[in-house]
Amino acid sequence: MKYSYYPGCTLKTKAKDLDAYARSSAKALGFELEEIENWQCCGGVYPLGTDEIASKLSSVRALNEAKEKGQDMVTLCSACHHVMKRVNDDMQHVEDIRNRANNYMKLNEPYTGETTVLHFLEVLKSRIGFDKLKEKVVNPLKGRKIGAYYGCLLLRPGNLLQFDNAENPSVIEDFIRAIGAEPVIYPYRNECCGGYISLKEEKMAESMVNTIMTSASGFGAEMLITACPLCLYNLNKSDVATHLPVLYFTELLAEALGVKEEVQHAE
Amino acid sequence: MQRIGVFVCHCGSNIAATVDVKKVAEAAMMEPGVVHSDDYQYMCSEAGQARIIAAIQEKGLTGIVVCACSPRMHETTFRKAAERAGLNPYMVEIANIREHCSWIHKDLEEGTKKAVILTRAAIAKVNLNTPLKSGESRVTKRALVIGGGIAGIQTALDIADAGYEVDIVEKTPSIGGRMSQVDKTFPTLDCSACILTPKMVEAAAHDKITIYTYSEVEKVGGFVGDFTVDIRKKARSIDMDKCTGCGVCQEKCPYKKTPSEFNRGLNNRSAVYTPFAQAIPNVPVIDREHCIKFKTGKCGVCAKVCQAGAVDYEQQDEIVTEKYGAVVVATGFDTIKLDDFDEYAYSQSPDVITSLELERIMNAAGPTKGHLERISDGKAPKNMVFIQCVGSRDITCRGKSYCSKICCMYTAKHAMLIRDKYPGVNVTVFYIDVRTPGKNFDEFYRRAVEEYGVNYIKGQVGKVAPQPDGQLLVQGVDLLDNKQILVEADMVVLATAIEPDSSVRSIATMLTASIDTNNFLTEAHPKLRPVESPTAGVFLSGVCQGPKDIPETVAQAGAAAIKAVGLLAKDKLLTNPCTAKADELLCNGCSNCADVCPYGAITYEEKEVNDHGIREMRRVASVNNALCQGCGACTVTCPCGAMDLQGFSNRQLIAEVDAICR
Amino acid sequence: MLNNAADQAKRIKEISGVDPLKCMKCGKCSASCPSFNEMDIKPHQFVSYILNEETEALVNSESLWKCLSCFACVERCPRDVKPGKLIDGARQYVVRQRGQDYLKADEIPALLDPELPQQLLVSAFRRYRR
Repeated sequence: MKYSYYPGCTLKTKAKDLDAYARSSAKALGFELEEIENWQCCGGVYPLGTDEIASKLSSVRALNEAKEKGQDMVTLCSACHHVMKRVNDDMQHVEDIRNRANNYMKLNEPYTGETTVLHFLEVLKSRIGFDKLKEKVVNPLKGRKIGAYYGCLLLRPGNLLQFDNAENPSVIEDFIRAIGAEPVIYPYRNECCGGYISLKEEKMAESMVNTIMTSASGFGAEMLITACPLCLYNLNKSDVATHLPVLYFTELLAEALGVKEEVQHAE
Repeated sequence: MQRIGVFVCHCGSNIAATVDVKKVAEAAMMEPGVVHSDDYQYMCSEAGQARIIAAIQEKGLTGIVVCACSPRMHETTFRKAAERAGLNPYMVEIANIREHCSWIHKDLEEGTKKAVILTRAAIAKVNLNTPLKSGESRVTKRALVIGGGIAGIQTALDIADAGYEVDIVEKTPSIGGRMSQVDKTFPTLDCSACILTPKMVEAAAHDKITIYTYSEVEKVGGFVGDFTVDIRKKARSIDMDKCTGCGVCQEKCPYKKTPSEFNRGLNNRSAVYTPFAQAIPNVPVIDREHCIKFKTGKCGVCAKVCQAGAVDYEQQDEIVTEKYGAVVVATGFDTIKLDDFDEYAYSQSPDVITSLELERIMNAAGPTKGHLERISDGKAPKNMVFIQCVGSRDITCRGKSYCSKICCMYTAKHAMLIRDKYPGVNVTVFYIDVRTPGKNFDEFYRRAVEEYGVNYIKGQVGKVAPQPDGQLLVQGVDLLDNKQILVEADMVVLATAIEPDSSVRSIATMLTASIDTNNFLTEAHPKLRPVESPTAGVFLSGVCQGPKDIPETVAQAGAAAIKAVGLLAKDKLLTNPCTAKADELLCNGCSNCADVCPYGAITYEEKEVNDHGIREMRRVASVNNALCQGCGACTVTCPCGAMDLQGFSNRQLIAEVDAICR
Repeated sequence: MLNNAADQAKRIKEISGVDPLKCMKCGKCSASCPSFNEMDIKPHQFVSYILNEETEALVNSESLWKCLSCFACVERCPRDVKPGKLIDGARQYVVRQRGQDYLKADEIPALLDPELPQQLLVSAFRRYRR
């Protein structure tokens, strides 16, 4: 099974791990991530203004590429997932944006939101199935207490992203169980890490991530996993990070599937 | 030839401002068959009706057209006036020159032109009217009340006291409903069970009331005055005649792991159980899904210990079929599921509870014997937070758009009772508005604040975060101080939205009673007919019609009862004569009409038909005039034009169209 | 640049697509906002500043730059007001004017560190600049 893959800018540079582990895990699970040709940065944030078209075009182009190949689009970074799904929703439901974007881009055929956008976790949950994933695990991470950090962009707004229950998600906890570990639930797993605020307002971001990390640690998490390079960066700025490591979920996936070493040797 | 009178109403300035009523009256006189035309300020008034009656009698009118407001307003008024004048009431037609004309146009010329056209159409129709006669149908003098909560009980008592037989059908093992789960009632702070059980006992003892518990309505046929209902009496596995209510079976039952529905899952009950101590009937029920004997064949302890030999594992469901003249729906409510409101951590911490769960905790017969304690560790709380409007006043797909009405009062009640019994406990209420409009209600809530020191904060809560030490961190806002507030609470109580009971959709479908998008049963008129369903013979009692507290429920229950009694007191009902009729000579027996009839009013019979001298047996359609609502679907479906609607015949409709197109 | 407060408010409403009349003043947005304490004009006040056309105060406030675009207010608002979109409308209104960027290119080098992911710079640029 082939999916059109949209890596996003950070996965090609500072978050190469997230990407590499994902690709080899995909292979082990029997599906392939075919990188979209000539993709451009999604912008990191979804342009909220009703009259903003230009900033959405790079996403529309990527979505169209996937459509022309007749494939679903898979992305790994929470931020890209958020932008792609929301732009796709605009192209489906907001006539003004759809018409203006199509007029500007002159694609072979107008794009009207045909592509299905999936986060890698959604592929694991709905296309592969956590039961099947469990079967393929050669290295179950027994006894490890792992907290999921969803962050806000994976989940909200719930009715548009349709990823999981935004206030009580379970996808990553199910993933943790499937790879043999014990999930730790703590209340701040769906709250924002600060996002772009950490560039100029370090103190604000620090207090936010401290709340998250302290809570996770207080409930017994030994490790946090996340899907967003920005979340990882922000969480690691917390003091608590010294005894609560934060990793990409794909690293654990690769470890469980027994392909982690391959990736590390390759690098 | 008809002698038609046309009466044009000014309706004050409602019509006259946009329609030149005198011109309409003049134009009417030019129409074929019209011998009299008149215009008047308020045709529906005594004086207006007197003019119509006088004209009918003096001029020997055979039919009248009233150009006025919608027939939904005054068709009955004018039909009655015609009847008083000695004219058949179905020789009356209404031309709607208000809702369909003056209220939607602004230009006098346009409005008048249209009013004249509408009048012509009505005149063309009434020229072809025939004097129809209402049929009669019988009234079974027995009422059915669906639901055995306070609404159903009160309605049944009122109907029975008026001298009529009434049956209550309740799906749980006991009557009592939500009121039996409440600890104390506002604003009097009476013990709920103490005021409810006398009514329950009265209903059980009343010779005119029959109670079916652990039973459900399965099928409803018939129509107003003559409903036929199948009631499924689910097998209790206990013989009601033998059981003495001693309770030994419940004590000795070895399987006590089923969450108690009555205590909202806060503790467990046995597989053979009565829901609460004052249950009526005081006969337990075996929950076959959780009973060891029914699941594995082993056990049978209850049968062994029962002194009366009342346990009957072979008992089967029984269907009882009864006839009723009137049906009252009193199916009540439940709280909504909180799956979409997990910012309040309801699924993550056992110490986040709903208000109904708090009622059970505070009740002496509840899971904690009336002690206020945390579910997680049994410790007494020191800080309690109440969050209002959870799921109410919410227009997103998560919640309900309406205000659930009872929560502001019951939270003030809870807060006050807690502060009274446990003065050391801090109580904070986060609210949007405080809605306490009833008699003595606002005074009640102010007592909570001023005498009992309940801390009301105007502002909502964004998140309840369970802490590793078991506390709950409540993150709210105080809008008047413009600050975010963090409260470390031991217990959080959510005033959850209420919605109609899950059975309401199937009951409404069986009765063809309409429900709105929130599943509340709709009333015939929201202001003037609040306890009747638009479906004849069906009445509404209690929260199934809309959120309300106990005083309102009891008031409405009485109103529904008197409406039902008004129906049952009649010996016969007049049926609407504007029903479908099949021309036997044209009917080809195809069954298309019977297939499309939404009321099941058409059947087929083998009949001998004399078709121009040829006598033969034919399969022809036959319409039940009491069931037929005159919708006309069959007339459209009939491929050979045999089916026609009396009072709205095909000829009449074409005549109207011709008059409009002239 | 619109000179008149009524026009400014109108423009901000247009850009955001928000109907401020839907708000029932419950405060759940402010209760959910992680940046509440850093903001001078609070989330529950955005709609009234727009309705009262106090756009001068709104566009000069700190709140525009402290919003994280985390959508907690959007997710939890029971009236579907979307306050987060409204404040972004005000933010857009400001940055679209020349010289009004909150983040200047010269500031960046001092803020960098070796782990800083690209998306942080990109998102900050997108929100804080035209």
